[in-house]
Amino acid sequence: MQLITAIVKPFKLDDVKDALKAIGVQGITVSEVRGFGRQGGHTETYRGAEYNIDFVPKVRLEIVVNDSQVDAVVDAIKSSATTGKIGDGKIWVSNINRIVRIRTGEEGSDAV
Amino acid sequence: MNYTIDSGAVAWVLVSTALVLFMTPGLAFFYGGMVRSKNVLGMLLQNIFAMGLVTVLWVAVGFSLAFGGTNGWIGNFDFAFLKDITTVGELPGYTGAFALAIPPILFMGYQMMFAIITPALITGATADRLKFSAYAVLIGVWAVLVYPTVAHWVFSPNGWLFKEGALDFAGGAVVHINAGAAALAVILILKPRKGWPREAMPPHNLPFTVLGTGILWFGWFGFNAGSALAANGLAAQALVNTHVAAASAMLGWLLIEKLKAGHATTLGAVSGAVAGLVAITPCAGFVSTSSALLIGLAAGAICYLSLALKNRFGFDDSLDVIAVHLIGGLLGSLLLGVFSDTTINSLGADGLFNGGGSSLLGKQLLASVAVFAFSFGVTYIVAIIINKTMGLRVTHDEEMVGLDQSQHAETAYQV
Repeated sequence: MQLITAIVKPFKLDDVKDALKAIGVQGITVSEVRGFGRQGGHTETYRGAEYNIDFVPKVRLEIVVNDSQVDAVVDAIKSSATTGKIGDGKIWVSNINRIVRIRTGEEGSDAV
Repeated sequence: MNYTIDSGAVAWVLVSTALVLFMTPGLAFFYGGMVRSKNVLGMLLQNIFAMGLVTVLWVAVGFSLAFGGTNGWIGNFDFAFLKDITTVGELPGYTGAFALAIPPILFMGYQMMFAIITPALITGATADRLKFSAYAVLIGVWAVLVYPTVAHWVFSPNGWLFKEGALDFAGGAVVHINAGAAALAVILILKPRKGWPREAMPPHNLPFTVLGTGILWFGWFGFNAGSALAANGLAAQALVNTHVAAASAMLGWLLIEKLKAGHATTLGAVSGAVAGLVAITPCAGFVSTSSALLIGLAAGAICYLSLALKNRFGFDDSLDVIAVHLIGGLLGSLLLGVFSDTTINSLGADGLFNGGGSSLLGKQLLASVAVFAFSFGVTYIVAIIINKTMGLRVTHDEEMVGLDQSQHAETAYQV
């Protein structure tokens, strides 16, 4: 079992969701986050005063899948979230030690 | 009773009283949207609190100090706790051409709403760092020492500036110059927010600010057109002037903003409208609609350019009370000396462009300077005394945590 975490542009969320559903992903957790990478921030102007806003809004997706699905999921996110411009985000994959479905108590790949 | 009640006037001023009261929560949201989320309740509460404290003080002594007696400099205690207000024949000075068509109790209630919003305007300059207890003492003292005195000078027919012939239809000097001067005095003692101007302190909820502007604009019809104290053509003229000036000021602000900063912004549109409403306040019942258009346009442009003052002189006027209210109030009061027209209001005077020469302009300048000097001077001394005794400012840590938690043990937005 692996945890796939992706940071994407907020307006790409629907495309990513549709791509993941199309390959049979059964659950996604989404959060609104802020951060910066190589894109840096942007400037905003309030009453003539310019401010640098370092942290720009992004969406973080967390998806737990069985090992066999990892490559397909990563590819789906990569192709659906890309605009080709700086600030498209990142995807990373980490191992999971244990997973439990709370309702039934199932563990391991049954709980994915 | 020596006065003749006009039921139309009574109905309109009753409604106007409610409209003007509604401006204070409107102001709370106008300002509340512009502060950071950790200070929004502090801002809302300071404004709402004025509705509580100033009301009590106005009934106790404020109204009497503003409209009692025949002295030119200050009222007296004849109407303290509204004694005799329902039986008095007429309010001092309100005779002949100035005779009221509404009962004195209604006049008192209507003026009370002005007394509430005026100190509330100061909260925009002191945002994010004024201790709540110090705020309560500051506006409490201010609502007794400063506001009634200035209202007496300018609004009461016995006031020395009124007798000089200075005009102020609805409070350009009494409300806006007065509050703006006081705001400047307090922030000179209070000092800038930590991190200003290096750190970004962007508004946390501009939709609130737009909502607040809608309430202010709506309420301002009561503020300006209600100041006719009658339901007649003059009230209608004041209402139309108010609206037109807000509209043209919005355009004036956005035009200069677009040219200078590159974008027409939401905050710019609403700030411009408020600047126009401020500038038309002294003029509303004395000028033609075409003059109101020009006054608004000038207010939008000049108030925008005045935003640079705070960086130039290094005072942290957090939400631009100086640029919008002090400069807007001064501009309106002085332009009245230019555009005032006796064909609009026979109780007024003709300004520079209407054959009156510079006489009225001189009187407007005198009133503006006198109100500025008095409000600034007294407020400065009061602020120093509060600062030396109880302290004006929250501690460094309290400021970092925000007023909501440190002053009120509350949080506006729960996860």
